[in-house]
Amino acid sequence: MADVLLSDSQKAESLSPPSAVTGGLDMNSSLGQSIRFILIQNRAGKTRLAKWYMQFDDDEKQKLIEEVHAVVTVRDAKHTNFVEFRNFKIIYRRYAGLYFCICVDVTDNNLAYLEAIHNFVEVLNEYFHNVCELDLVFNFYKVYTVVDEMFLAGEIRETSQTKVLKQLLMLQSL
Amino acid sequence: MDRRYLGFQPTECECWRGSVKQRFIFSKYKHYYRAMSPSVPLQEMIRAIRSARTQCEERGVIQRECAAIRAQFRQTDNGGRSHNLAKLLYVHMLGYPAHFGQMECVRMIASPRYSEKRVGYLGAMMLLDEKQDASLLITNSIKNDLSHSNQYVQSLALCTLACMGSAEMCRDLAPEIDRLLRSSNSYIKKKAALCAVHIVRKVHELGELFVPSARSLLSEKNHGVLHGAVVLITELCERSPETLERFRKTVPDLVQIMKGLVISGYSPDHDVAGVSDPFLQVRILRLLRILGRNNEAASDAMNDLLAQVATNTDSTKTVGNAVLYETVLTVLDIKSESGLRVLAVNILGRFLLNNDRNIRYIAMTSLQKIVSTDHNAVQRHRGTIVDCLKDQDASVKRRALELSLALVSASNIRSMMKELLIFLSSCPPELRAQAASGIFNAAERYAPSKRWHIDTILHVLTTAGGDVRDETVPNLIQLITNTSELHCYTVHKLYRELLTDISQQPLVQVACWCIGEYGDLLLKGECQETEAVQVTEDDVLDALEIVLQSHMSTPTTRGFALTATMKLSTRITDNVDRIRSIVSIYGSCIDVELQQRAVEYNALFKKYDHMRAAVLERMPVIQKNSLGQTNGELSEEPIKESQPGKVKQEETALPQQPAGQVCDLLDLLGGSQEPLQPSPSVGGSASTQLTAAPTSAGGDLLDLLGGFEPTPLVPAPTVTVYEKNGVTLTLSCEQQSESGLTVTLTASNSTDSDLSSFTLQAAVPKSVQLQMRAPSRDSLPAHGGAKLTQLVVLNNPNKVNLKMRIRVSYTCQGSVVQDTVQVDSFPGL
Repeated sequence: MADVLLSDSQKAESLSPPSAVTGGLDMNSSLGQSIRFILIQNRAGKTRLAKWYMQFDDDEKQKLIEEVHAVVTVRDAKHTNFVEFRNFKIIYRRYAGLYFCICVDVTDNNLAYLEAIHNFVEVLNEYFHNVCELDLVFNFYKVYTVVDEMFLAGEIRETSQTKVLKQLLMLQSL
Repeated sequence: MDRRYLGFQPTECECWRGSVKQRFIFSKYKHYYRAMSPSVPLQEMIRAIRSARTQCEERGVIQRECAAIRAQFRQTDNGGRSHNLAKLLYVHMLGYPAHFGQMECVRMIASPRYSEKRVGYLGAMMLLDEKQDASLLITNSIKNDLSHSNQYVQSLALCTLACMGSAEMCRDLAPEIDRLLRSSNSYIKKKAALCAVHIVRKVHELGELFVPSARSLLSEKNHGVLHGAVVLITELCERSPETLERFRKTVPDLVQIMKGLVISGYSPDHDVAGVSDPFLQVRILRLLRILGRNNEAASDAMNDLLAQVATNTDSTKTVGNAVLYETVLTVLDIKSESGLRVLAVNILGRFLLNNDRNIRYIAMTSLQKIVSTDHNAVQRHRGTIVDCLKDQDASVKRRALELSLALVSASNIRSMMKELLIFLSSCPPELRAQAASGIFNAAERYAPSKRWHIDTILHVLTTAGGDVRDETVPNLIQLITNTSELHCYTVHKLYRELLTDISQQPLVQVACWCIGEYGDLLLKGECQETEAVQVTEDDVLDALEIVLQSHMSTPTTRGFALTATMKLSTRITDNVDRIRSIVSIYGSCIDVELQQRAVEYNALFKKYDHMRAAVLERMPVIQKNSLGQTNGELSEEPIKESQPGKVKQEETALPQQPAGQVCDLLDLLGGSQEPLQPSPSVGGSASTQLTAAPTSAGGDLLDLLGGFEPTPLVPAPTVTVYEKNGVTLTLSCEQQSESGLTVTLTASNSTDSDLSSFTLQAAVPKSVQLQMRAPSRDSLPAHGGAKLTQLVVLNNPNKVNLKMRIRVSYTCQGSVVQDTVQVDSFPGL
């Protein structure tokens, strides 16, 4: 097994698909992760949380944030919760003045991620005791911890709300 | 205040005078004092930033804070380091640059205190990425932390590695991750599994390393770990087919787990709205899909499970629908039995009737994928799909349009077309082009009658004329010439359209062409199909002149109108002078194309008046060249006029085209690399040909252009298949597309006597479709006076060995001769 690894790695330098390494705006590798990024924005466009699971330059990130904002805020209740833009899709849900957007691959199950958003928001609600936007602003690092408990490496990690909450409480006590 | 120490930058307030300045500076100083204090809570800073009323004020506050933080970083030991870094991260989130924090992150990660580590790792995830050099520095820290005694520290390290680990880092740390996958702590195992996923994505060959651990993780009870394991296995299987083979053996285990989830009762931990751990279910279904694809044995093992999930899952809530959707996708992708497929399509049908727009949208997306394979099943839901055309969401409309176009068939063409035309008149502009071309395709394939076809195309041109493709105009013209019985009806209808509205260019172009061609029918004033409009010659010329002079007409349209006016000179009797004057006016037009035409037509009036009648005669029927090629190859004038620009483009683009292309006039003119001959000579040579062979109904391309075209199209290889009694039959064929083939049969007669009633019949194997075009003539004069050509279009979708049996029959000196020949091999195939 070990020698196979070595020789393969020497070969694979040239053979590995380019899409795995380039960050850029090429998000079309179907073998990549499901989630590209998670964004929480308010209606005015201010980012409350931005978690990126793919490599982007800073200006690309900024551009993406602006584009997502532009696309999502014009939609209202009579539109679906799924937007196709560029070569992926965004699944978003609006809670009061905040838009929770997850950007996923086109082949993914929309409804499952819609539920994941709701799961996430319920955890936030429990953790902050009736969460509102200001909670997210003043405790942004805690929000990142929650995100990291539930999503990792571009996939859903933990789905049980009780378990996540238990972990968070323990972390808080440290 | 020592400003240097603070790194203080003077602001505009300093230059103010008077008490305002005093108060202002004092308050700012108070603020700075607060910023200097190491333990100022994060909250204060956030409040300060939020209270800034303008962008400029906010920038000022942030600049001051950043300066303070920078100063703090320079101090070596400071209790409030984590706060400072947290403040910096907040500033970064707002979009301001924060690079100077990177080294601080590295330092904090190495610190022994958990609170500092936490913020340090968060900073690393936010500020560092692969491209920064500082990321390499944390590799060692991560390595140490991975073996830390505190599981939370381990988890931090895992998190960060999974988030921004570069390829080198992954390579270094992969063995550690593998070890952690085997640890007993499920909290760590969960994170390690997903970290492994990230590693596999970055460095593919390391996947081998994780296979055994992944396999053993499947027997876990903890849902979180199971979830991670399933994701890892999915990733491994997608990357390498050998791993896929190995993991096929786990299908029974996965089925077991799923069964446990579906059947077993309420588990409060993972329950979402009554469905137990839908996320895990969805992921397992996805893995099963990958494992069962193209594999009979695996698919069989899953059949029962899928049926069970499909029937037992509660579909009133979104979660249930999410699981059902994933099930449907899996069923349709693996080799499932037909009963299961029907079940899946029925579920999709139920989705279509759901009130929730989201669910209808994804149902249509999936139906799109299977419409070609399970056509009948999808047809049953046609009504609902057509209703979705009226939905307000643009993406739903788009899906509904695509599906509707795919569902059009010969039996429902009339009703579907009605709906589609209604949709076209109200659809959003970005969908117009797609809808128009879809309607044209459908109409072409399933038109129940020619008149209906023409009506439909005209309707589309009036509603969405601006969005149709360029080749619509020649297509329509070709269609019109082919339906000779409807010429009268068509020209009347088009004339009426022209009178109402001249803004839609394709419509105007077709109308001008028709009026030019069939003006005499229009002027006769009688028509069976529609009520005739009594027009005088002046009215017609007026209409054309309006088009010529309108600012809305493009140069192409003007060209059409001018030629139409010219053609009318032979079809009307009284106003020839008027035409002459119109034509001569345009002889000094700025547009070069129009000017050229006008000058040539003038010449036609003056020097070549004797030829005018022949030149401007009725056009021959345009042969549609097989299988969807853009047609109109054989009629020179309309095509040249409608696409002069296009032909010029083709000239430069075409040298790259292979010589064996279809007999396309445009190709020929381009391929010869010669400048376009001016039209009178084309008209001239065409007229000589026409006068020489008035009965040839637009037959052989090469004949018509024989004199004109110096470098002919590279002929397709021909082979003589029959030679007897002086009658020779040659065959040449060209591959048009994957399964389409055009065969040209040429017959010639070298005997002393004429052969009349010369017919060819052909037969081909059962799976091949055959269509014979009209022959160019039906008699062969003696001594090879003329050749007879007949085109046969074949469609060979199953790619069987092509054979053809041809029967020749003719009358020679009163007696009927029949003969059969079999062709087994086709040249050029």
